Amino acid sequence: MATKEIAPNVIDPQSETPPSEVYPEAHAVEFQNVSIGFEGKPVLENISFQVKRGETRILLGPAGVGKSVLLKLANGLMKPDSGRIFVFGYEVDAMREEDLFRLRGSIGMVFQEGALFDSLTVRDNVGYRLTEEHVPDEEIDKRVAEALRFVELDGKQTKFPSELSGGMRRRVAIARAIITRPELLLYDSPTGGLDPITSTTIIELVIKQRDVSHTSALMVTHRLQDAFMLATHRFSKEANRMEPLPEKEIDPSTSFLMLHLGKLVFDGSTHDLVHSEDPFIKGYIS
Amino acid sequence: MPFATIDTAAKRGVSAVQQYSLLSARALANLFQRPFYGADIITQADLIGVGSLPIVVLTGFFTGGVLALQSASTLAQFGAAAVTGQLVSLSMIKELGPVLTSLMVSGRNASGMASELGSMMVTEQIDAMRALGTDPLKKLVMPRIVATVVMMFFLTIVSDALGTLGGAFAAITLLGQDPSQYFHTAYQSLQYPDVLQGLVKPIIFGFIIATIGCFYGMNTRGGTQGVGRSTTQAVVVSSVLIIASDFIISKFMIGIFGR
Repeated sequence: MATKEIAPNVIDPQSETPPSEVYPEAHAVEFQNVSIGFEGKPVLENISFQVKRGETRILLGPAGVGKSVLLKLANGLMKPDSGRIFVFGYEVDAMREEDLFRLRGSIGMVFQEGALFDSLTVRDNVGYRLTEEHVPDEEIDKRVAEALRFVELDGKQTKFPSELSGGMRRRVAIARAIITRPELLLYDSPTGGLDPITSTTIIELVIKQRDVSHTSALMVTHRLQDAFMLATHRFSKEANRMEPLPEKEIDPSTSFLMLHLGKLVFDGSTHDLVHSEDPFIKGYIS
Repeated sequence: MPFATIDTAAKRGVSAVQQYSLLSARALANLFQRPFYGADIITQADLIGVGSLPIVVLTGFFTGGVLALQSASTLAQFGAAAVTGQLVSLSMIKELGPVLTSLMVSGRNASGMASELGSMMVTEQIDAMRALGTDPLKKLVMPRIVATVVMMFFLTIVSDALGTLGGAFAAITLLGQDPSQYFHTAYQSLQYPDVLQGLVKPIIFGFIIATIGCFYGMNTRGGTQGVGRSTTQAVVVSSVLIIASDFIISKFMIGIFGR
């Protein structure tokens, strides 16, 4: 349902209910005619789309088209020049910063280069949010180990980010984003700059998170192979690894968005993307 | 210069002042809001206060010494060499102690804050902190402001004391003055308005150092080059503001207390 009628923009700090569950009928993310520009130049123009609960949307587009900006808008890290942005029914563009901090408890974000705190160990990075919530140390250790096991990095707690490889840093960033079991995950080019094998490992983690936790997700990428891998693979709990879906079958919860010159030029399923007649889309995916 | 360029430059200047004021006001308001980052204040106080102690001790001691050496010969021409202690203690406590300590701390810590926060900005660590539900103004800026203000107060007292001792060392051992006369004139000439002036200044200077350092750090753009630019600007701007505000505070306090 459209969320504009139901969205107050204040989160009660005393409430036991997580912000993501206050309006269960609202979409995870909804953009309504959002525009933003820098130094007089438009970057995003009239962007409208939705991410339904449990859905994974892959945002494609050439480098520099504003994909990361869009993700930061969704998390309230930037404010649009016009338009409205709703996350779990809350209008993030109109919220006070302190309410946004509470809402972000239900959102995990993986940044382009990981954005790990370089002066903190892996344990302190992954458990950062729990430390801020004054969770007891033993509980933090347990949950950090659990999150690191998910990304297959258990045992690296005492390392500093500078001692890890690029792929490991991204996996730590994913562990940090999922440790509080958020309802929405925002991935900003999680495989950017990585070699194909490491990229596949990262995408496997994204698929694992999607299929095991059914978290809503918005993933930015300019790598088509990653996007199609998400659409054509599933995670097998029994085998504990990613495996391809049967031929001609695609994941129904994964769909695509495409940005070009600041405008949303595609919003649809994998099938629609592959069969699009738009010359730009055809050129991009060929 | 075309009008459009002047116009843009003026707008940029006004916008920077507005952002600086907002950052300072929000960081101060955070002092009274939960969560309170007490441990971060202690860590910063250790880095800023204890870390700056050696340079403040050395600067204070040698400034007092050179002041005694330079002034004694001039005072002797008027038969007033006996008031060397008075000149050193008044100069140190009212002006040189607060200003030199602030300039030293600014060189060491405004640059440190700008480069640390600037590096965090360009590597998206500040955005990551916000995305993880932590207000960087509370976690990073407020502790630095509180720690700098508090530690500047104590560092200035140390500098004043060491400056007076440095002056005593030069006057007694190098110029052969009487120790009791030096310390007697140094102590007797001091009045409460002098001490008050000398203790109000470091609080304001500490605020300038921390807010300017954090402001440039939090507004860093453009990679490692941007970090370098922010660091330089933080030291230059805070140093100039310290000297300019010293003039204003001195004029204001002389107006109130008459000395």
